[in-house]
Amino acid sequence: MAACSMSSWANRLALAAGVATLQLCAARAGEPAAPGPGYYGFGITPTAAQIAGWATAVRPDGQGLPPGRGSVKDGDELYANTCAACHGTFGEGAGRYPKIAGEGSLTGDRPDPTVGNYWPYATTLFDYINRAMPFPAPHTLRPDQVYALTAYVLNLNNVVGDEFVADRDSLPKVKMPNRDGFIWKDPRPDTHDVACMTNCRPPEDVKITSTAEGKSLTPRTTGPLDTAMPQ
Amino acid sequence: MLRTGLAAGLMGGTASRARAADPSPPAEPEWSQTLGPGIGDRVYGQPSHFEADVIRRNVPWLTANAESSVSFTPLQYQQGIITASGVFFERYHAGRPTVDPAQHRLLIHGMVDRPLLLTMADIHRFPSESRIHFIECPANGGMEWRAAQLNSLQFTHGMIGCAEWTGVKLSTVLGECGIAKGASWVLAEGADGAHMARSIPLDKCLDDVLLVYGQNGEALRPEQGYPLRLLVPGWQGNMNIKWIRRLQIGDAPWFTREETSKYTELMKDGKARGFTWPIYAKSVITSPCPEMPAKGPGVYEIRGLAWSGLGKIKQVDVSLDGGVNWTHARLQEPVLPKALTKFTLQWRWDGRPVLLQSRAIDDTGFVQPTLAELRQVRGTNGIYNNNSIQTWQVKPDGSVFNVQLG
Repeated sequence: MAACSMSSWANRLALAAGVATLQLCAARAGEPAAPGPGYYGFGITPTAAQIAGWATAVRPDGQGLPPGRGSVKDGDELYANTCAACHGTFGEGAGRYPKIAGEGSLTGDRPDPTVGNYWPYATTLFDYINRAMPFPAPHTLRPDQVYALTAYVLNLNNVVGDEFVADRDSLPKVKMPNRDGFIWKDPRPDTHDVACMTNCRPPEDVKITSTAEGKSLTPRTTGPLDTAMPQ
Repeated sequence: MLRTGLAAGLMGGTASRARAADPSPPAEPEWSQTLGPGIGDRVYGQPSHFEADVIRRNVPWLTANAESSVSFTPLQYQQGIITASGVFFERYHAGRPTVDPAQHRLLIHGMVDRPLLLTMADIHRFPSESRIHFIECPANGGMEWRAAQLNSLQFTHGMIGCAEWTGVKLSTVLGECGIAKGASWVLAEGADGAHMARSIPLDKCLDDVLLVYGQNGEALRPEQGYPLRLLVPGWQGNMNIKWIRRLQIGDAPWFTREETSKYTELMKDGKARGFTWPIYAKSVITSPCPEMPAKGPGVYEIRGLAWSGLGKIKQVDVSLDGGVNWTHARLQEPVLPKALTKFTLQWRWDGRPVLLQSRAIDDTGFVQPTLAELRQVRGTNGIYNNNSIQTWQVKPDGSVFNVQLG
């Protein structure tokens, strides 16, 4: 009855309106507090084939990996024809396209994260190539080709040997070098929540250490869109 | 006087020259002496062509191509807390797809009692909600970690926008499917060429996430995910999957490329932080700023925007001396959770150099940090989640520069 509780004003109205109000109240009472599955009845149940067609996401445990296989060797020519224009013959990257191979340090100034030194899971590589590559023509590779490219890029990074064959069993077992390099629990707040109002620091300590003035990096912010590259 | 005015009007050319010389009264401008275009001239309105500077702009050297790139909201021109849909920043991973709403489908499957395939018409029938929230790319300010680089509010802070979004609560739609026991994660995936995908904790999805089809009183713009996007209030922009076509319910995250290779933060010790979802409290002064210099001594209203992905903005303080002393700014209603909040402070400028800063505090008690403090904890390789205090240097001539303080 809680859902039908009424103010004294509403009670008076209820007395006057009689049956109509009782019906309204009954309708509210008949409405489940939290509608269960199928309450609205909108949409249709997809077929298993429909789900399988779109459910391509791959997890580190291998869930989602399709049948098929591809070797490092299978990936050689495919990589040269499909990927090297942007990512470089050895995964070094071309222009501003991502470098995907390299084993450099992740500390120091301007480290270069790659598949080999950064990515925690080999399954992500299959998922991403299958999901979004090649960049100008995504979703055009067959599973065998995606496996082959995955094997080839892992080999470029010296994560697997030349004889490696990628498939739904082998990929989840590949231990990436940076597998344990991530903290997956957000450590924030990681700064001091101090809102000082007066004399918060010695005025003589306030020094400009860096300025954007005089740098030629900022595109024009008036007039037509600036497409020029900085000198 | 009247006779002289009429005569000048008939003599066209002379009158034009007179008007150009001084448009003040008693001059009658051309638009007062003619008929303007009638209704039907513009069946969908556009900003005045005098506002042509107010456009999304991008940094050409930032990305390899335009299809996987970002453009910036012109915050220096934003009036109030709502970002005009036409200048709301863009972030694409495979360009902007043209999705036919009649052919768009949302597939929900995985650990559910009954998988569901929905059309847009189906989605519109669910109970609707409208809410005002910001969306910010966590890379906003990412170019400023090492040094002050871009002399522009638009380019240092423009990967953000705030809109009124309309859609259905994701909890309602997931309730229609029924969630299986043990489920704890949801994969959201777009229909774009990159099938942009992120893992989101089920708890967040059942809390305040929306499936959105409306933006500022009309349908979503294609740039923002037409016909359907996810809205994950307060969390990093890329999780608000645009052109959403699939939700998979599971019991573990997928560790997609966009939550491992990208959108993770490399710390100075070589370890990386992942799943750093919420946008922590942040603010910036939008006037004056590099694009909106001061014009000589006198009275100014310092204006700015503050926001927090954890809740409401509780307080904003402004400093004129690089953080030595602070003054409370006025917060302008409405102050909404996980939305842009406008603040102002009256200021009489004496023409001397000033180091302008703003500092936001949200209702969790979080205080926006300095960049020096963030650098000390995280180093300079993190790219993402730079929510530091911005410093604008105002020079005696009124020009404004993006600077960093020691």
